[in-house]
Amino acid sequence: MIFSVLVDVRLRKGIADPAGSTIERSLPTLGFSNVRDVSVGKTIRFVIEAENEKEAHEKVESICSTFLTNPVIEEAEITIENLEKVEGN
Amino acid sequence: MTATVGVAVFPGTNCELDSIHAVESLGGTGKILWHSSKNLSEVDAVIIPGGFAHGDYLRPGAIARFSPLMSAITDFANNGGPVLGICNGFQVLTESGLLPGALQKNKGLKFLCKTVEVRVETENSTLTRNAAKGVKLSLPINHFEGNFTCDHDTLNSLLEQDRVVLRYCDNPNGSIDDIAGVCNESRNVVGIMPHPERACDSLLGSEDGKVLFDSLLGAN
Repeated sequence: MIFSVLVDVRLRKGIADPAGSTIERSLPTLGFSNVRDVSVGKTIRFVIEAENEKEAHEKVESICSTFLTNPVIEEAEITIENLEKVEGN
Repeated sequence: MTATVGVAVFPGTNCELDSIHAVESLGGTGKILWHSSKNLSEVDAVIIPGGFAHGDYLRPGAIARFSPLMSAITDFANNGGPVLGICNGFQVLTESGLLPGALQKNKGLKFLCKTVEVRVETENSTLTRNAAKGVKLSLPINHFEGNFTCDHDTLNSLLEQDRVVLRYCDNPNGSIDDIAGVCNESRNVVGIMPHPERACDSLLGSEDGKVLFDSLLGAN
């Protein structure tokens, strides 16, 4: 089965996010007020083949922990979509 | 002194010639180590120099970590071989797990390029064995992601084991506990953010890096 994967990499809580805080400080000067908790991360998208969704998840988690994130400072949220199911619908 | 120092080169490394110049000006021999090679024979010590290995894509050091050369350097380090990571090289060493912690973006979100004072915090490392504890060195820094961080348990073990090698006298980048460099438990692997290779010649404004390179050259 083919799965579309979206990995949302974020800084762990407590890790300084200077990019996020710079954006947050800039927003009021542009007239956008009441915005808070701005954080900057990155998204990584790819397609993966696996027997089933569980196996796809395990593979992606392994890719994340060994390569896509540095667990000292980052964490990832993984979203997986079965492409074949979408096409079948 | 005839130590041969291997200097790692990844695509995007840019301080290899400065490192070789510093090594050779102190009587050693510099040897380029290409990232796809696994050959560390005839090398007494390894420097992973500064630059932007693999474009710093994903995270600084994240891709360099998987190169054939890094697996050879890991074996070399685990067998007690002296390894020095400078700036991007420090980032490669933390990513590869040879050193603890991580280097995050500078606190002020500015690329820092200036000379700073650092203090030698231990004489018990492959890089500082010839230096006196407490001595202040004037060394250039040149980085965007030099803000050393680690969890509290790691920090406590670094402190308890006397593994902070250099500290900033005036913290420029937000590093936890003013840390500018650390070593591994065996004290043969050292990572630092400042560039001692750019401070080995009075023409460049400082010779304070010499004592560190002297230590490395005599390390074996």
